[in-house]
Amino acid sequence: MDTKDIHLDIQSKSFTATRNACKVCTPLGASIVFKGIEGCLPMLHGSQGCATYIRRYLISHFKEPMDIASSNFSESSTVFGGNKNFIIGINNIISQYNPKVIAIASTCLSETIGEDVPAMIREYIAVNKDKTLPEFIYASTPSYQGTHMEGFHEAVYASVKFLAQGGEKNEKINIFPGFVSTEDLRHVKEIFEDFGLSYNMLPDYSDSLDNPAWEEVVKIPAGGTSIEDIKSTGTAKASIELGRVMNKGGLNGRIKNNNKVITAGKYLKDTYDIDNYSLGLPIGIKETDEFFAVLSQLSGKPIPKKYQMQRGRLVDAYIDAHKHIFGQRAIVFGDEDMVIGLTAFLYEIGVVPVLVATGGESGVLKQTLENDLNINTSGMIIRQGMDFEEIAALGKELNPDFLIGNSKGYYIARELKKPLVRVGFPIHDRYGCQRIQHLCYEGTQQLFDTITNAIVQYKQDNSEVGYKYI
Amino acid sequence: MKSFIAERNKQVITKDDGSFEIDCGVDSVAGSVSQRACVFCGSRVVLYPIADALHVVHGPIGCASYTWDIRGSLSSHEQLHRMSFSTDLREKHVIFGGEKQLENALLELIEAYKPKAAFVYSTCIVGVIGDDVLRICKQTSQKTGIDVIAVQSEGFQGTKKDGYKIACDAIGKLVGTRNDKPLGEFNINILGDFNLAGELWMLKEYYEKIGISILSTITGDAKVDDIRNSHRASLNVVQCSGSMMHLAKDMKEKYGVTFIKVSYFGIEDMSDALYDVVEFFKSETLMNNAKELVKEEIGRLMPIMAEYKKKLQGKKAAIYVGGACKAISLVKALRLIGVTTVVVGSQTGNKEDYELLHQLCDKGTILVDDSNPLELTSLVLEKGADIFIGGVKERPIAHKLGLGFCDHNHERKLPLAGYEGMIKFAEEIFATASSPVWQFVRKK
Repeated sequence: MDTKDIHLDIQSKSFTATRNACKVCTPLGASIVFKGIEGCLPMLHGSQGCATYIRRYLISHFKEPMDIASSNFSESSTVFGGNKNFIIGINNIISQYNPKVIAIASTCLSETIGEDVPAMIREYIAVNKDKTLPEFIYASTPSYQGTHMEGFHEAVYASVKFLAQGGEKNEKINIFPGFVSTEDLRHVKEIFEDFGLSYNMLPDYSDSLDNPAWEEVVKIPAGGTSIEDIKSTGTAKASIELGRVMNKGGLNGRIKNNNKVITAGKYLKDTYDIDNYSLGLPIGIKETDEFFAVLSQLSGKPIPKKYQMQRGRLVDAYIDAHKHIFGQRAIVFGDEDMVIGLTAFLYEIGVVPVLVATGGESGVLKQTLENDLNINTSGMIIRQGMDFEEIAALGKELNPDFLIGNSKGYYIARELKKPLVRVGFPIHDRYGCQRIQHLCYEGTQQLFDTITNAIVQYKQDNSEVGYKYI
Repeated sequence: MKSFIAERNKQVITKDDGSFEIDCGVDSVAGSVSQRACVFCGSRVVLYPIADALHVVHGPIGCASYTWDIRGSLSSHEQLHRMSFSTDLREKHVIFGGEKQLENALLELIEAYKPKAAFVYSTCIVGVIGDDVLRICKQTSQKTGIDVIAVQSEGFQGTKKDGYKIACDAIGKLVGTRNDKPLGEFNINILGDFNLAGELWMLKEYYEKIGISILSTITGDAKVDDIRNSHRASLNVVQCSGSMMHLAKDMKEKYGVTFIKVSYFGIEDMSDALYDVVEFFKSETLMNNAKELVKEEIGRLMPIMAEYKKKLQGKKAAIYVGGACKAISLVKALRLIGVTTVVVGSQTGNKEDYELLHQLCDKGTILVDDSNPLELTSLVLEKGADIFIGGVKERPIAHKLGLGFCDHNHERKLPLAGYEGMIKFAEEIFATASSPVWQFVRKK
């Protein structure tokens, strides 16, 4: 056997270990949400390393300051409990940052030793009742449950649960956009404004994780969902949550599978009877049409001309390039909601997603594609709980025309000598991930052009003739 | 200078003529947003470059994901270190134990990848759920015939520095277990260079040019079998002493291998690193060769440095890095190109390191241990730094404040060690200090 055969042999086996994971851990997702709340300083209740690793990983993507505190467990906190460190941590965060909100996420360590963080928060507030304190949010994010996406949605839910207040209904719409780029968030806000809809968007890290060069030094970068907006999610007219899977993967691997999956939208429906529109990420024309239809319905207004034009141009672009695109075979990988959105989009332009792979484990990936999106999945391999080595092994067999997903799949694309279209998270090997758009007609247009040009460039580079007209 | 956190006041000092006292080597304060990571990080970062070993992280997925292919450590042979293996523990393992998961993972991976040895890193919860990792390692070792070494690096057990020590002990288990690598006349081990961007290969070339053989490199471009042979070297040449001193002392005690501390950053320290080794061997030939090499390199470099010095004179730098030894070299290297250090600090420096820094730095320089973003921000502004030298986590601080930045951490892709590295370093400092983009930034 030569080395190539050994390599193939390795890849065709099944492994207990996860090899090059296609996911990161829950507190990371929670941290992103908390960075999208105005004046918020997150704290991870656990070892120092969790906060530092997560900060580093996120900085490499967002290229922004990423202050996340840690309660910095020691051996004695692990044995006797972390309350002392919790109090010191909160005190030091207040003395350094004076934040409006302190949002705490647990880690595998604090969850395993059974820390009761809500009780610690109550006690802290009781002891310090004479002081003006920040708001507190707590999300339970043990990293042995689900992926960063479960952490993300758990944090959205926790923020609403801790802060939302009931009362007389108003005209605002809650929008829970899911884990998308900062430019996506800006675009969704623009759309709401163009519909004349006022909104509570959670999270909104469009500014806080994409800060302009500083004119003056700030401790916590400006931007983020205000506390008032989170509070008023309880009196909104309706909620829209984007993402067809959201935190369903958190159920996998649990001993007692009796926990309900709760999203912010569902919680608000159950608690304050606010209508909840649960949609997919609006990627591609069909999914975006659904989103716009809901916005049109909620606002009582037709789709603004601007977006009709965008949609028309997108259709026009689809047509112009359709022959380059048709029948191209793609490997799609990443977070479940992103992967579902991308697959819907690729399917409607005639690309064959030969492998749809995710590190998530919701158990509903295939049925969502088939039932909710009416995708004929024959000829497609749809796998959850995948790691990159499994994707690499299948990639060799499938020999796709291109790959679409995050930076971590680059090594597979490199080995296959095929283009990788970078989308989603993390993008660690390119600049400008803040500005990659995925959502709605405008984002789809950007994705479509990027994919088309990747295919055209591949053909051009591999052609014997250097055609100048394509 | 006062910190934002009262408990840290003794960890931030300004050099003046008075007596010198700094607190260091203490646990980070909760809530301080320390730039340090954990025990696991310390161990992982030291062992990571051993490229023909299997590295399995026992725990939930995060710790393995965040350390996947994270360092720029190059290997001339296997590439197994660039893979991320995790037991990916779930709730059921937390409750019923992860031993079986670990055992299966190890047996399959060892069979498939045929590593020369395996390191099993325990993460936080492994220590809490009580998996008997030592027993699993021993059993697996018996079954597979390779060394399966437990690295008990639960994150909460201390600081990153404690992780270094645990890693050294793990390496120590390999040292002295083979006697089959042919020796040269003068044999050294290079400890504490991690072959970032191929730096180690440059160093090897210098030593070999002089006539010195490199028996083993730990851990940059390391081979398990070379480490097994490493006790037969006459001298351990230790860079990054914060991480490797424990191993050096251990080898001195067990095998009588003398060690010296060196640094390869900057012309001065690089040349000393060659001379100190040569002096140890007391050979005239070696000394002549070293002199010739140094003369040639300095002759080549000095005019280039003089050019940079002209352009950079008067610039002020802030340094915040992992180990204080690197900070010491950087202060000297910057001085050579006309840049004054106004703030210098590290995550893991000890008293001795800080004393050296204190002697070396100009009056008014701020020394800081285990700092954090807010503190660093206020320090660089107070001292009016133009350039920041640090790692990934310091970069956004510099950029947002409108400061030039040089990445001197283990994720960089540019070789900055050795003579060639000094040129690259000067180029980079010049580029970041002179970019026209700063005209658009209003400095306050």
